[in-house]
Amino acid sequence: MKLAIKLAYRNLIGAGLRTWLNVIVLSFSFVVIIWMKGVLVGWDYQAKNDMTNWEIGAGQYWHQTYDPFDPFTFTDSHAPIPQELFSEVESGDIEPMLVAQATIYPQGRMQPITIMGVRPSQRIFMLPTSRLDSLTSAIPAVIGNSVARNLKLNVGDYVTIRWRDAQGMFDAADVVIVDVFSCNVPAVEAGKIYIALDKLQSMLMLPNQASLLTFADAEKERPQVEGWTLKSKEELTKSVDDLIKTKTVGQSVFYMILLLLAMLAIFDTQVLSIFRRQKEIGTYIALGYTRRQVVGLFTVEGAMHSILAALVAAVYGMPFLIWQAKAGWTMPMDVSDYGMAMAQTLYPVYSIGLVLSTVLIVVLVTTVVSYWPARKIAKMNPTEALRGKIQ
Amino acid sequence: MNLIDVKNLSKRFPMGKGEFTALKDINLTIGKGEFVGLIGPSGSGKTTLLNILGSLDVPSDGEAIVLGNSIGALSAKQSAMLRKESLGFIFQSYNLLQVHTVYENVEFPLLLLKLPAAERKKMVMDALAWVGLTDKAKSKPPQLSGGECQRVAIARAMVKRPSLVLADEPTANLDAANSHNILKTMEALNRDLNTTFVFATHDEKVIGYLRRKIFLLDGSIDKDEVVEHSKIAAS
Repeated sequence: MKLAIKLAYRNLIGAGLRTWLNVIVLSFSFVVIIWMKGVLVGWDYQAKNDMTNWEIGAGQYWHQTYDPFDPFTFTDSHAPIPQELFSEVESGDIEPMLVAQATIYPQGRMQPITIMGVRPSQRIFMLPTSRLDSLTSAIPAVIGNSVARNLKLNVGDYVTIRWRDAQGMFDAADVVIVDVFSCNVPAVEAGKIYIALDKLQSMLMLPNQASLLTFADAEKERPQVEGWTLKSKEELTKSVDDLIKTKTVGQSVFYMILLLLAMLAIFDTQVLSIFRRQKEIGTYIALGYTRRQVVGLFTVEGAMHSILAALVAAVYGMPFLIWQAKAGWTMPMDVSDYGMAMAQTLYPVYSIGLVLSTVLIVVLVTTVVSYWPARKIAKMNPTEALRGKIQ
Repeated sequence: MNLIDVKNLSKRFPMGKGEFTALKDINLTIGKGEFVGLIGPSGSGKTTLLNILGSLDVPSDGEAIVLGNSIGALSAKQSAMLRKESLGFIFQSYNLLQVHTVYENVEFPLLLLKLPAAERKKMVMDALAWVGLTDKAKSKPPQLSGGECQRVAIARAMVKRPSLVLADEPTANLDAANSHNILKTMEALNRDLNTTFVFATHDEKVIGYLRRKIFLLDGSIDKDEVVEHSKIAAS
């Protein structure tokens, strides 16, 4: 094997431009595959991080009837904050939120909206809730960029909202937009307006009640609480995992095309080599190689393309990948309306495992592709090979 | 002791629906240190016989015993071992590894024998000195003339000091001056190292150097004669 590697190396380096063309094509596959996978990993990491910071913390208790995808459940999805969680709520380690369905009237138009009651002093979310303590003539409220854009609202604008309290009575009041925030989690922005929790509790006549309880500490063992459903971070971010999985399958097709292109180059070279280098094959046999050893030599030669490609990829790919990890990849179109937790600029994340597995897969596939045509050598008649007479 | 012992050897190749007989009932022996040629026109079977003696092919009938090994009975691995350890080949079109340097080409058989680097280096330089190509060690075959390429091929065949060198039309691609140089080199190696040389040729220049001539005609031995005074012997 050592000899085959040595000879294969000499043959490849000696073949000059033909080798380097293959190596460059293959190295391109390495870099693109690692980069694309890195973008997906980075997206996954970023999406989960954004969800943690803006929406779900380290996990949540949901009121047992609460369903974020069914606004009709909001009316009944509330209960007093459980006694056993009081101390953590007091200390700010658990953040209660109350959710209510309402109607908003921007510029005289009528649109449904979800009111989220949250404490202005909360520290779990990155929401600018401290602005909810502003002294204004109307109820201070913050909204996300997408809501501001859709409702044509700006900071300082007044707008009327109408809701039904716990008794089913309609009531209305003006809110003033004290801040507009921007985040990468559409569920935090879309169709939501944030006001102070105590204000919403009094508006709904639900003192000390909440629909959601978000906790900050991921390490702490969480007990089951009657009337509330515990949702772990893994459960709450499952949608991201599912999405990434779907994207991974889609990207795999692209990897396959890239790999196939590279493999085609290797396969083509191997087939051509076996026909062009018949005399050489015959010479190896005459000098004492068995046909199996010649097959091995050609297979190692093919596989070595991918090793050289990995080295070439490292030379130009590493600076590129590092630069991408720092500068990120800004998508050419606006992604805020995509309805998924996705930043406009994605920062690829590369792990050792990602790089090693990519290299391993490419080397393995290249080896198989090299072996396939090389098997023909095993059937060659050495005396005809020596004269280059095999068709 | 005979180096080569061929008994009732025949070789047939499939051709269309029938068979073509390339060698018919060949019997010959070649001893150590001989400088012998298989002579005949194209299609007389000389290359076929040389290939069998080199364990690159097997007889259809009969037996070819080379260095005590019955060629037809050897496995692929044993054949390769025989070629690797005891045989040297010289081809008409040199068959050098084009992307390797002269040094690497000559070193190749020693790599197969897994000799240590220092020993390999000494043997390669010795072989290059025999053929007068020490200064071309770093050149590649495309940079050499035909005569130089054939000298590299001789060095490669001789570097491991084989018992038997098989040369198939070694001067066919060379001019007269180069042919004589090559033949003198081979004759000197035959004399100095007592290596047996078997040629397949129809080149008069080669024939003039042979000390034994085995004439083949239509796959059979037509004549087998020992030459009293070859060119080298005379010189």
